[in-house]
Order: sequence, then structure tokens, then C-alpha cells
Amino acid sequence: MNQPDLRVNLAGIAMKNPVTVASGTFGYGPEYADLIDLNRLGAIVVKGVSLNPCPGNPLPRIHETPAGMMNAIGLQNPGAKAFIKTYLPFLANYDLPVIVNIWGRTIEDYEGVAELFEGEPGVAGLELNVSCPNIKEGGNSFGTHPDLFEQVISAVRKKTTRPLLVKLSPNVPDITVFAKTAEQAGADGLSLINTLPAMAIDVETRRPRLANVVGGLSGPAIHPVAVKLVWEAARAVNIPIVGMGGILDPEDALEFIIAGASAVAVGTATFHEPTTVLRIIEGIEEYLLRHHLKSIAELRGTLKTGAR
Amino acid sequence: MNTQLEKAIIIKNEPWTPEYYLLEFSAPGISQKAAPGQFVHVKIPDRRDILLRRPFSIFKAESGTLSILYKSVGRGTRHMAKLHAGQAVNLLGPLGKGFPIPDTNKKTLLVAGGYGMAALYLTAARAQTPGLLFAGGAGKKDILCAQDFTALGWDVRLATEDGSCGTHGLVTNILDAWQARNGKSSEPELFACGPMGMLKAVAQRAKEWNCTAWISLDHYMACGMGACLACVQKINRDGEERLACTCKEGPVFEAREIIWEES
Ligand SMILES: Cc1cc2nc3c(=O)[nH]c(=O)nc-3n(C[C@H](O)[C@H](O)[C@H](O)COP(=O)(O)OP(=O)(O)OC[C@H]3O[C@@H](n4cnc5c(N)ncnc54)[C@H](O)[C@@H]3O)c2cc1C
Ligand SMILES: Cc1cc2nc3c(=O)[nH]c(=O)nc-3n(C[C@H](O)[C@H](O)[C@H](O)COP(=O)(O)O)c2cc1C
Ligand code: FES
Repeated sequence: MNQPDLRVNLAGIAMKNPVTVASGTFGYGPEYADLIDLNRLGAIVVKGVSLNPCPGNPLPRIHETPAGMMNAIGLQNPGAKAFIKTYLPFLANYDLPVIVNIWGRTIEDYEGVAELFEGEPGVAGLELNVSCPNIKEGGNSFGTHPDLFEQVISAVRKKTTRPLLVKLSPNVPDITVFAKTAEQAGADGLSLINTLPAMAIDVETRRPRLANVVGGLSGPAIHPVAVKLVWEAARAVNIPIVGMGGILDPEDALEFIIAGASAVAVGTATFHEPTTVLRIIEGIEEYLLRHHLKSIAELRGTLKTGAR
Repeated sequence: MNTQLEKAIIIKNEPWTPEYYLLEFSAPGISQKAAPGQFVHVKIPDRRDILLRRPFSIFKAESGTLSILYKSVGRGTRHMAKLHAGQAVNLLGPLGKGFPIPDTNKKTLLVAGGYGMAALYLTAARAQTPGLLFAGGAGKKDILCAQDFTALGWDVRLATEDGSCGTHGLVTNILDAWQARNGKSSEPELFACGPMGMLKAVAQRAKEWNCTAWISLDHYMACGMGACLACVQKINRDGEERLACTCKEGPVFEAREIIWEES
């Protein structure tokens, strides 16, 4: 049988396969380039970039949990201009769509960083991280307050012609409300989920495990939560979805696709095994062959519910 | 870059001291490339619920074998203690920028606490001329491998807080004593790995004595590759203050460039 067609057009981003990496777990490209052939990835989503450099949080920034980890890196990054100068030329050497994850602390920050990338031909799309507090609105998170959420997406939409993915926070009572709001505000696609808010305490010292006290939980521990949210979001909107959260094996990625995702992103598992992303691509291909499916599109959203 | 993933085979895994274990691998790729002060990131085999790799300094690396000395302190190292010869373990390494080659115009002084003796062994083994090792700990059980340095012809000076071995007191006391006697005649170059308090004390000495000190830092790590930014250290290099990944630009930094956190 012929090789199955793994290609995906994600909101205008042409991916050679449906597998990318989750922002913040793969650096900006060079970090893993000696271990992994970047040309094999469907796309790269880089670590969150803001208009101005950001120093991030004090240490400790991570804590391991059963089948997962918590992080409070604090979005450390060199700023958009340094990213453009240092990393975009490196990434241009590869046959690899570059999706830039962007964030800000005010609407103006978001607009500014989106605008900067308008002039960069090496950028295939933007992913909007809305899981940040708005410092002008009492620290309310853009990702969990429907009004702020709608405002920031609409504002960025006006500043960019690139495919715009909105990355949803799982920390909301009804994901479909946010999925639909994003679609209406002009998002071309959704990615979900971001980390789950979490906390751990060292009982001997009675200190929080993270200097920031709270952090975001990721890894296999959150996978079933993510599958449920992707499934709900996929039924609520007509724009494509990048599913992520706890992928470790090809089956974990296939669950997202069957739940309705067009693509998937591998995050924390890369720390466990840097080649995970390649194993996921191979595993998906093997699955399609075994199930006599000609393309990944044939599998998407094919969850069977109803009588067994 | 010469970092690689390697399926290493355990040659032996056995108690070394009451608290530490010696884990020896057949790892031709990494052992051949390993430099003093570098580390390996160990995937805990058969335990995918233990997601993160564990960083360990390279102790010995010769003719295809690589060893580490590790203390069983938590769920990862407790599982490691159960591994046996013949089992495969996935290693990522060698990682980081280790210790430079000692300056032969200076007196090489190694200062170690805890696993620091393991981390400094290759520096001694590959030095042109033997120097001195100052090693300390709470008690005798914390002195990991003095005999390995003695065998290389190094002058080993020990200090323990309970007096069970060597001089009674802190390792910095015996270091100070050396400096008081010899500091005028020979300029020291310090190489240190151990607990944070000891490292800060060594950095303080380097400042007072106006000498170079290479300090190996220990921060929690996830990726080991400079990608996740879990392990950053504030440094001042070439007049620029910035955050450096301990896993990639470290773990060894020169004392003067480290900007220590208040604590
Ligand atoms: C560069 C470097 C070199 C090291 N070399 C050695 C060595 O040669 N011998 C040795 O015994 N130990 C060494 N350590 C410390 C060793 O990595 C930890 O003791 C080990 O990770 C503890 O794992 P655990 O699962 O038993 O503990 P747990 O407490 O269960 O671990 C939970 C998490 O915290 C991390 N963690 C806990 N303690 C430390 C620590 N002290 N440093 C960094 N991360 C920690 C673990 O890696 C893991 O991610 C080194 C650390 C670093 C950063
Ligand atoms: C260390 C670390 C850093 C992260 N940084 C970012 C970031 O900068 N921007 C972002 O949108 N998400 C960030 N995330 C979230 C991931 O992209 C992903 O949504 C989440 O970890 C769930 O996927 P996983 O379980 O496969 O890791 C980060 C996650 C981790 C573990
Ligand atoms: S451990 Fe990830 S950057 Fe150092």
C-alpha cells in the first residue's frame, strides 16, 4: 500500500505532517537541532516571545510530580527583536514552518509584538498565549476572562495578516465559550491545552516547591483532561485545532486527532526523551497504514459514540 | 556540539559508601567525549511516571566505560539503586561546560563537598601536575573517593564537621590554613563543587585572595539542553548581565561572573 498522506494545512500553514512541538519545551530551534533533524517536524512552535525582554521568575522554577511536572519559568525570553535577529536566520535554514508564540501584559504589548512579526517572511504563523495576567486590569488573565479574551484577539487580529492560532487555557468552566469567542474574534485556529494551575508544598520546610508558589502542570498527568477539552472545542468551532497536553506515545497523539484535532504538539515528553516527536510522527504513520487510512484527514474527528 | 543520546549498559551498580552508589556503564560514545566537570542526564528506566531525567556529574570516563557516584535521596535515585548489571539505561550527554584545564603556572586547589569529589576527579586525572584536594563533609561517610586522588599522586586534605575523619571543622578552614602558609609563595587556582554554602565560601575566598575560582553550580534541571530555562543563573560576562543556562553554559562558572542570589 502507498504511504499515507500525512500533510495538513493548518489554517494556511502547510505542514508535512501533523506533529509540532509545544511552546516553551523546545526552545527556539538550535537547542535540539543536534539531536533531531528539524526538517522532519510538521512545524516548530517557539518559546513565548514578548515585545520587551523578560527575566522570568526566581528559582526553583520546576518541580516534578507523578507523571508530570510543574513549571513557573515566568516566560523568560530575550524579546521579539533579539529573537528575530538571533533565531529567525537559523530557522530559515530548514524546511520548517515557524510558528511564533507571542504574549504580553497589556493589549498594546500584544499588538506591538504581532506587528513586529508582520515584516518577517520567516514566520508562518502566530500563536497567541493568552494565559498571562493583564497588569492593567488588576492581573486578571486574558485567557480566563471572556471580555479581555475577546479584546486581545480582536486587537491582534487587526495587526496581523498571518495565520493566527489562539492558545486556550484549560482553567475555564466551559471551553466552548472561549473556543467560539476566539473563532468570532478572528482566530484562524486554536491550540489547547496550556498548563493547568497547580501547587506543591515541601512539608519538611513548609515552603512551596516553586519560588513563584504556583505554577503550571504539564505532562502525561494532564492528558485525559486535554483530550476532553479538545473534543469539546472541536465540536464547537469550524477552525482547526492543535491538540496538546501530555503526549508521550503515538496513541496519545492519535486520541487528539480522533477527538477532532488537525495537528498535535509534543511538550514535556521531549525532556524525558528528546526524540519523542519523531516517534510520534512514525507511530501515526504506522497507525494509518495498519488501519488502511489514506490520509490523516480520514481519521480526524472520527470518534465513535453511541451504542457499543 | 557533541551531545548524544546513548543506550548505555550497566556494568555494575553497587554501594560505594553507606550513602553513595557507584554506577558504571558501558557507554563508548559519551565516555570518549566526556570532559572534566561535565554531566550526564539519566533517564530512569522502566519508570515513565518519573518523567524528568536526573543530572549526575561524570566521575570516571575511560576506555568505553563511564561511571557516576550517586546518593539515593528521592524517588529517582531510589529506583536507580535497584538497577542491575546488564540493564540498559538511556543517557543524554556529555552535557554542559565543565572545568577548564588547570593553569600550570598556578597551584591547583580542588575544593569538594558531597558529590563534588566525583565531579572533580577527571580534573585531577587529566591535570599535568598533581595539586591539592580539600574535601569535607559532615562526617567520614561523606568523603567519597579520597583514595582515587591519592592514587594520582595528589595531596589530599580532609575535614569533617564531626571530626570523624581529617581535621575537625569545615573544608574552608583547612583551605584557609593552606593559604595562610603558602598563599604568598604560590598563586592558587580554585576548582570547587559541593553544597551551595561551600561554593559561596570558596567564591568569597577567591575574591579576598584575588585569584580565579571555577565553581560548579547545581540547579534543578528539566531538559539539560538549554531549552526549558529551568536552570538559569544570573551572571555578568563581558560587562553584560544576563541569565545563563546552568545546563549549557555551566554548570561551571568563574566565581567573579556569578551574581549570587540573596538568601
Ligand atoms: C550538574 C549536576 C550534577 C550533579 N551531580 C551529582 C552527582 O554526581 N552525584 C549525586 O549524587 N548527585 C548529583 N546531582 C544531584 C542529583 O541530580 C539529584 O540528587 C537527583 O536529581 C535527585 O533525584 P531524586 O529523584 O532522587 O530526588 P527527588 O527529590 O525525588 O527529585 C525530584 C526532582 O528534583 C530534582 N532534584 C532533587 N535534588 C536535586 C539536586 N540536588 N540537584 C538538582 N536537581 C535535584 C530531580 O532531578 C528531580 O527533577 C547533580 C546535580 C546537578 C544539577
Ligand atoms: C517548561 C515549560 C515552558 C512552557 N512555556 C510556554 C510558553 O512560553 N508559552 C506557552 O504558550 N506555553 C508554554 N508552555 C505550555 C506548553 O506549551 C503546553 O501547552 C503544555 O506544557 C501542555 O503540553 P505537555 O503536557 O505536552 O507539556 C510551557 C510548558 C513547559 C513545561
Ligand atoms: S535544564 Fe532546561 S534549560 Fe537547563
